[in-house]
Amino acid sequence: MSNPEPKDTGGRDRQATPMPTDMNARELGRWMWRQVTSMRTALVLLLLLALAAIPGSIVPQEDVDSLGASRWRDAHPKLTPIYEKLGMFSVYDSPWFSAIYILLMISLVGCIVPRTAVYWRALRAKPPGAPRNLSRLPEHATHTTADTPGDVLARAAAELRKRRYRVVVGEDSVSAEKGYLREAGNLVFHLSVLVVLVGFAIGGLYGYKGGVIVIEGKGFSNDLTQYDDFVPGSLFKGEDLEPFSFTVKDFEVDWLTEGPRAGMARKFVSTLEYQETPTSEVKTYDLKVNHPLTIGSTEVFLIGHGYAPVITVRDGNGDVAYSGPTVFLPVDQTFASFGVVKAGFAEPAQIGLEGDFYPTFALGDGLPRSSFGDLINPLLSLSVFTGEVNTGESIYVLDKSDTEQVMKADGKPFRLDMREGDTIELPDGLGSVTFDGIERWNKIQISRTPGKLIALTGVVMALLGLLG
Amino acid sequence: MTNASWEALSNQAVAASGVVYFLALLAHLVQWAALRKLPADEVVTTGRTAMAGRLGVLLTVIAVGVHAVALAARGMAADPNRVPWGNMYEFTLAGTFFVGLLYLLFLRRFALEWMGPLVVAFILTLLMVAVIWLHEEVAPLTEALYSYWLIIHVVSAVIATGAFTLGGIASVLYLLKERSTAERGYLARLPDLLSLDRISYRMHAFGFPVWTFAVLITGPIWAHQAWSSYWNWDPKEVWAFITWVVYAAYLHARATAGWKGRNAAIVALVGLATLWFNFIGINFFSSTSQHSYAAPVIADQQHPPEVSL
Ligand code: HEM
Repeated sequence: MSNPEPKDTGGRDRQATPMPTDMNARELGRWMWRQVTSMRTALVLLLLLALAAIPGSIVPQEDVDSLGASRWRDAHPKLTPIYEKLGMFSVYDSPWFSAIYILLMISLVGCIVPRTAVYWRALRAKPPGAPRNLSRLPEHATHTTADTPGDVLARAAAELRKRRYRVVVGEDSVSAEKGYLREAGNLVFHLSVLVVLVGFAIGGLYGYKGGVIVIEGKGFSNDLTQYDDFVPGSLFKGEDLEPFSFTVKDFEVDWLTEGPRAGMARKFVSTLEYQETPTSEVKTYDLKVNHPLTIGSTEVFLIGHGYAPVITVRDGNGDVAYSGPTVFLPVDQTFASFGVVKAGFAEPAQIGLEGDFYPTFALGDGLPRSSFGDLINPLLSLSVFTGEVNTGESIYVLDKSDTEQVMKADGKPFRLDMREGDTIELPDGLGSVTFDGIERWNKIQISRTPGKLIALTGVVMALLGLLG
Repeated sequence: MTNASWEALSNQAVAASGVVYFLALLAHLVQWAALRKLPADEVVTTGRTAMAGRLGVLLTVIAVGVHAVALAARGMAADPNRVPWGNMYEFTLAGTFFVGLLYLLFLRRFALEWMGPLVVAFILTLLMVAVIWLHEEVAPLTEALYSYWLIIHVVSAVIATGAFTLGGIASVLYLLKERSTAERGYLARLPDLLSLDRISYRMHAFGFPVWTFAVLITGPIWAHQAWSSYWNWDPKEVWAFITWVVYAAYLHARATAGWKGRNAAIVALVGLATLWFNFIGINFFSSTSQHSYAAPVIADQQHPPEVSL
């Protein structure tokens, strides 16, 4: 491990520096540079960085938890504008957080460059010769022996070399020096901090990350239009997308039915058939948590799953106005899920459906809910709307501003409570809704992070530097 | 043996190790009570007082051994068998075990006998917290935790935690001794300030690379495999980063004029506070952490469109 005695190679002698008030511009510049690159500044900036990172763990962050962030905004209408200004919802991209680490990096460069130069010179210089008078050294000892001076010097030199000193044998003395490896380790460590940041920056600039929900049996090809959400780096170019495609052939889950974690799902396996390019051979891969599929430099992850009830809507004329598996998004760990259907071309009136899907329907405290994530007793429960259903908006939200809820004769909301296979007629000759079956979907995350090897090299270097 | 009997064995071993730690604490207290009456520079190597000290160390060895049994049995009780750090109770059990183990390993090398009573008291307190508030039945882990990175990442994080904790104890004693003028008693008998500072530094200098490995290498690699992103600034990651930065500041403080000694020791303790807060506190504070070992999460309520597995 490292030598316990610190040496203040980075901090400069501050007493010797005149105060900034009586300096000319050049001296002031030098003075400032010296302040910025001093070890004390690095220390203060490090502590500031730690402090500045805290709010991001308290206030929900837009990038990490956007739903939490919008809930927080709703709950704190007074604070929100202030927090908005301060960048509290994206602390790690905020100007003040960036300012701290950029200053730290400037300080870092300013301190490793001169230190490397000093190190380089010291490495090439010989260790200083032994002083004529040993008692001038703060630590010294005397010993008299009958051996010849040559023997003693040779033995001393051998011993020092064994202890990994750099040794110079003089005419009647041996001098040696140590600590180079430690200083080298230190320099490597500080340098590697920069390497890691460069690696991350490359990933952030040239990489991308996107998500898509794929229904079991359906496919995906790596094209911008196919993503549900896509976050490119600012220098990302569309042609960087690798031309692979895959189909989700099968998806399996194990549900725990007993024990303290009953209700938990495990062992998710999504069987993919994929092609690296449109002309290459078809391969299969079992996509699991912790086992992403790597295609070229892109990685494919399984990060979520849920149900897609197959719903058919017939309009007042008896024509099919909507039909197909409809993705419902789980709202809790029982997989009670929420979804929307928009039949914008239904005649004579447009039809919108909104409601819940319960894989294992049960009544708890008089309220409908799901008691388990697996399909034991599935039930679909939907409210019906008519008017302008606005198909342009998100497919997971029904904009109800230009619609009217369909009511029963007694004035209460009309609700469709359906089992698989049920068809129910809508009131007022609007049409009918059929619950044909249930399919599953997978949420697939696809990302490319160039520069990750640079970042990894950086952290490994940092580690070696620390051990040096 | 059945899983249930392994679990029972683990619970009993936790209780037994608690009792033995307590006896070790008593032995050390007897030792130090006797030493109080003697001048600080009088070295005692024979007689009852020295016996009590040696007994304290011996009992600590036994307690750490039983503690190891508790951990191993916990792992055997799970189906499939796994490493015993899948929830807060198990983390605390493992963390305190490594504090004890590292103390014993470093005992000779750094002449740490004087740390005995504090180390044992610390372990005992946290074991009680674990048993009273954090206890959970053995349960299967969420899917993301089934990975060999669970072993590497958590072992290194926990070892670093153990080393930082020992370093922190030395720093606390440094601060206390610095303000004390007593000529007898515990503080007076501690190694001098320079040595305390050095021991604290050694522990931190050992812990820091291990922490770097855990938090900045294995953590991101695993996060990438399980959640598709190397670094997501989730609260657990934020606090691990804060701890890392504060300890980097500590290493600097030790080499900066005006920060040496006292201030450096304070920075080290701030680091320790962030470390243990992250270890235990953040799980109660934040519901948005993907590191949610505490709750049996399958579908993360916070992210409906990207339900985590
Ligand atoms: C102006 C910028 C910096 C200067 C002048 C500086 C200077 C130094 C010096 C002289 C040491 C050696 C201390 C000793 O011998 O114990 C050191 C150690 C260290 N520095 Fe820096 N540093 C700077 C920036 C940083 C930054 C930005 C980080 C972290 C992100 C950092 C992390 C460390 C660590 C962890 C050590 C301990 C290494 C070891 O003990 O082997 N430093 N620094």
